[in-house]
Amino acid sequence: MPPMIDPEKCVKCGTCADICPLEVYGRRPARGEIPAVRYPDECWHCNVCVMDCPSGALSLRLPISHMILHLDSPYLQTLSKEDGHAAH
Amino acid sequence: MLPIKEILDADVVIVGGGVGGLMAAVSAARNGARTIVLEKANTKRSGSGAGGNDHFACYIPEVHGDLATARQATLESMVGPDQDRDVLDASLERSLEILEMWHSWGIDMKLGRNGGWLFEGHAFPGKPRVFLKYNGSNQKKVLTEQARKAGAVIVNHSPVLEMLPAPGGGIGGVLALDTTEERPAFRIVRARAVIMAAGNACRLFVSANTPGLMFNVGVCPANTGESIAQFWRIGGALVGMDRGYRHAGPRYSSRCGKSTWIGVYRYPDGEPIGPFTSKPSRETSDITGDIWNSSFSDLMVNGRGPAMMDCAGASREDLDHMIWAMGCEGMTGFVNQMKAEGVDPGRHGVVFGQYEPHGIRGIEINPKTETNLPGVYAVGDHIGNFRTNLGGAAVFGYISGEQAAAYVKGHDLCGDIENTPWARERMAWYSRFGEREQGAAWQECNHAIQQILSDFAAPGPHKVRSASLLNSGLKFIGDLRVLIERQLAAPTAHELMRAAETLAIVDMGEIMIRCALERRESRGNMHRSDYTFTNPLLNNKFIRIVKENGEPRITWRDIRR
Repeated sequence: MPPMIDPEKCVKCGTCADICPLEVYGRRPARGEIPAVRYPDECWHCNVCVMDCPSGALSLRLPISHMILHLDSPYLQTLSKEDGHAAH
Repeated sequence: MLPIKEILDADVVIVGGGVGGLMAAVSAARNGARTIVLEKANTKRSGSGAGGNDHFACYIPEVHGDLATARQATLESMVGPDQDRDVLDASLERSLEILEMWHSWGIDMKLGRNGGWLFEGHAFPGKPRVFLKYNGSNQKKVLTEQARKAGAVIVNHSPVLEMLPAPGGGIGGVLALDTTEERPAFRIVRARAVIMAAGNACRLFVSANTPGLMFNVGVCPANTGESIAQFWRIGGALVGMDRGYRHAGPRYSSRCGKSTWIGVYRYPDGEPIGPFTSKPSRETSDITGDIWNSSFSDLMVNGRGPAMMDCAGASREDLDHMIWAMGCEGMTGFVNQMKAEGVDPGRHGVVFGQYEPHGIRGIEINPKTETNLPGVYAVGDHIGNFRTNLGGAAVFGYISGEQAAAYVKGHDLCGDIENTPWARERMAWYSRFGEREQGAAWQECNHAIQQILSDFAAPGPHKVRSASLLNSGLKFIGDLRVLIERQLAAPTAHELMRAAETLAIVDMGEIMIRCALERRESRGNMHRSDYTFTNPLLNNKFIRIVKENGEPRITWRDIRR
């Protein structure tokens, strides 16, 4: 769920835990510790931890429940129908 | 009793370090007040402006001409006409000053050609536009830096729990929580004036997009209207608390920012839903979503849906501009999600829906941001009689700091605020939950109040309120309170923070129902099945509620024109 930390890239600065608006990491870890995502259900997916991570160690995974519903563009479908009629 | 970690003294204490709170901090400190900001998370990235915003409602004489033009355009926009004109005017009159200030600090407010102003979105074709387009992606960091530079002290990870009235009248400070350690502890700030800026009220209703996941809401779910509830508890006056504005946006990933989209709301057969535009417009966007946002629900009920935001037909340049602007608006997570899921706004229609109300109205202020309680000021999204969202928070934030700094010069600090009966009682109350090791989690309580409000006090469209439903809901909230008192356990600081949010939501739910009972008519998206008409005698009026001698007192008052 939500933020994922690459332990190879993490420089253990604690920035993510410090700046998260929802405090999903809980309190800031002690120096030298990789933060843990303690409260994943409270993530707002705002992405600021990813934006502010100085080492690119973070990525955000959106839950499947948050899938973006989309269909082929109604406008483009209308155009293609018109094209089809024109061809006939 | 949970321990008191520290007691701090200030002239002005600011509750919440969002856009309004930080602007208040800058001006209070600049005007000589010892200023402390208490922030739930970290002011660099907190609240609904955490990642950015991209529209600032304003009045610029060289663009709009007279103020009346900007006022009219504002009242006809999504923020709506139910606003006290003197308050709205006070915000618009000083907006240019704040825009220039922000630009000089490094927030890019001038996105137009040759460094000029740019107005895009939230507008009718051919009509004046008041929503300035800007790049707010760095706004919270810049404002934090400016607040510190002005001399304000920012205390992060310290959500406020209660306001503390001074025994002899006026305000004496606030009770807060410290969340930097695993176990909860109190922090008290004694102050001569308080500025409330904790933001709007999320998590009152079941999430419209993902009912089981209550943090999937359009604006920051850490904002639960706590200032409204805390102010109410000490006798603060609230207005419009029965009304709930319902934003709209993508399904199922909730994110506000309708007018950042450059497209047309369409039926699946391609027909535009609204009458305002049939081609994607960078200048106006499609304002249908702002002023007819029930359309998204209507289409699901009448079977013609789903409603879609369709950007196809926009130029590649406009689409690139839109994606860039989504970054300005704090939507980088959503942009990445679209990429990851193969959603191409140039090729796909994105399904839109209405979100649950996040902004029942709230605190009543005058043009100086004063409330009915001396020494207490309020700014931001939780204001009841005024609304322009981000722009209003910024301008009134600055005004409130000036006002509070002037007020404190004639008022003494209450030296023993932590020992007043109210402070001791409130600390004992929160301690009961914080010291209980086992019991009901805050999530259970939050889901419970959401269920009750969604069933018995839901705003429309397609849902009704009635005296029967509302009175039942009121009774069930009473039952819930008993269960919470007996069972809620929040043994860690983080849990107690969320528990306090939930307790505020319970209070707001009760206030909302009491006000809704008073509205014996249907209006806007408030549908009473027992009073299906709109009563002309209630046009241009606010419902005002205030606690007097421990009992809620509800009156109607005219909206100031």
